[in-house]
Amino acid sequence: MGSTNSTLLKIPNVEVLMQETGFSPAHIIRLHDRFKALDKEGRGHLCPQDFGAIKELAMNPIGDRIIGAFFSPGKEMVDFHTFVKILAHFRPVDKDRPKEPNSPELINSRSNKLKFAFQLYDQDKDGKISRDELLKVLRAMLGMQVTEEQLESIADRTIQEADLDRDDAISFEEFRKSLEKVNIDHKMSIRFLR
Amino acid sequence: MESYLFPFDSLICMLLGISFTVWFTLLLVFIIVPAIFGVSFGIRRLYMKSLIKLFEWATLRMERGAKEKNQHLYKPYSNGETLKRSLRGGAEPEFDMSDIFYFCRRGVESIVDDEVTKRFTAEELESWNLLTRSNYNFHHISTRLTALWGVGVLIRYGFLLPLRVTLAFTGVGLLVVLTSVVGLFPNGRMKNYLSDKVHLMCYRICVRSLTAIITYHDSENKPKNGGICVANHTSPIDVIILASDGCYAMVGQVHGGLMGVIQRAMVKACPHIWFERSEVKDRHLVAKRLSDHVADTSKLPILIFPEGTCINNTSVMMFKKGSFEIGSTVYPVAIKYDPRFGEAFWNSSKFGMVNYLLHMMSSWAIVCSVWYLPPMSRMEGEDAVQFANRVKAAIARKGGLADLLWDGGLKRGKVKEVFKEEQQKLYSKVLVGSTWTLSGCSAALNWPLPEPAQTEL
Repeated sequence: MGSTNSTLLKIPNVEVLMQETGFSPAHIIRLHDRFKALDKEGRGHLCPQDFGAIKELAMNPIGDRIIGAFFSPGKEMVDFHTFVKILAHFRPVDKDRPKEPNSPELINSRSNKLKFAFQLYDQDKDGKISRDELLKVLRAMLGMQVTEEQLESIADRTIQEADLDRDDAISFEEFRKSLEKVNIDHKMSIRFLR
Repeated sequence: MESYLFPFDSLICMLLGISFTVWFTLLLVFIIVPAIFGVSFGIRRLYMKSLIKLFEWATLRMERGAKEKNQHLYKPYSNGETLKRSLRGGAEPEFDMSDIFYFCRRGVESIVDDEVTKRFTAEELESWNLLTRSNYNFHHISTRLTALWGVGVLIRYGFLLPLRVTLAFTGVGLLVVLTSVVGLFPNGRMKNYLSDKVHLMCYRICVRSLTAIITYHDSENKPKNGGICVANHTSPIDVIILASDGCYAMVGQVHGGLMGVIQRAMVKACPHIWFERSEVKDRHLVAKRLSDHVADTSKLPILIFPEGTCINNTSVMMFKKGSFEIGSTVYPVAIKYDPRFGEAFWNSSKFGMVNYLLHMMSSWAIVCSVWYLPPMSRMEGEDAVQFANRVKAAIARKGGLADLLWDGGLKRGKVKEVFKEEQQKLYSKVLVGSTWTLSGCSAALNWPLPEPAQTEL
């Protein structure tokens, strides 16, 4: 099946990528294969339609938001580096890695995982989850299965519990605080195969 | 100087001569003669058991190596994290900001690897079978393990591969020659009898040439004349595996080259159904020829693979309905390969046929199980598609394969909104408080839970 090294050499700046994301060579190759498989027209970058072609993602209630997380505002293309960097958020935390005091924060740190989840709620990127944005997410996840009143009561209750400075919106800090006890590593990590 | 070398020369010649004779005698006695009579010495099963022990040892070594370096050994993933568990399992489940994580994670998982493409790539293993092509933990191999792997390479490429290639040529050659000979006989019982024997013998030699260790279950349900045998398709080898235990009429396109020679020879001995390329497009013609064949009970049962493409043997994709419209008895057969010994799946987009055969013949062995299911017929009021799905479900259940809704041809249609709705329903039910569990919903949706399909031999 060819040596792994030859595939690695074809990817530009792969050393930097591995360093920043913490993926092993085998993972990078696997992700590269996947990237190429998604990039059906072989353009070297992905556009939102390529993501949309993934059936399971299209079935996901928040599929569009997840796709949106890959594309920074104004950009319509995702290259391999960005693809890998975003997926790096979902790497399990390396428990045994010693904390170097001056090293930059890892992409898959708890804080960064939370930031990723936060942006799924905060679509206008103003740093706060407004009541409206919360309602939109709830509607996406629940569809037509609950009434408008039920939705509003859920939203109200959530904001009441999490909103500490009473500005009727949830900031990132309040978000983080409300999820203190949650095992983020478990919920926001996937095992990368191969 | 010359006279000095002479004795050595003749000595070497003599040794070579003797070793060739010994080699061929062994081949004949242990492989070809049993193939003719359909008996087995049990050597292959012994071989298989020793291999299993070896693989377990190899995996343990790698795990030990990984622990020493304080790293994780990446194993096939089976996070059965259900929706119910991931929400707070209290009496009154409430919405939590973290509920979005479940959907987010599943979304990213599908970006990295969705169920459909997973079905098309080779299955990933729990233990290492000393084949580099299936190892994902390169940096955990100790020197001892590398040495073992090296020995394995020598054995596989130096000993097993030439042996198998010789056998393969013998098998195919005999098939062509003998079927042509049988074709000279006048039509009648004698001819049919001889043709059966000849086909069986040659397929058995081919089976040995792949070192295929096959276990047949429920042979009382073997397909009979006038029926259609339907099986799931993983590799071109499926044909050889089934045909070495029973006689079938093959269906296929006429090829050129070596395949064409084989096809023409086979059809002399007993009626197979070969279509010209142009005829394949005409569905009515195809259906007519198949029906005619099936109506004649003196002819052998037809062997068809309705999936139409090679799936990686962890699931059974949508069956194409053509073969189910004909209206005769269908004999389903489930084939499941044990991936520990060699990956039988043919990814035709990645490897060509010759490459694939080389892989096959340089693996340790091909181990598989075949289950003959009881015959099924189309019921009153059932159309071809429903019948096809019923047969497919039976095959999937028997072989322990996941029954998937997706079409093997991967039609690029719009995903039905109904699937999204089902997910929303699921989530709302958990939130509002209900006794539905994820597994219950999965069964209803025909949606496979993420877990590796285990085989029992």
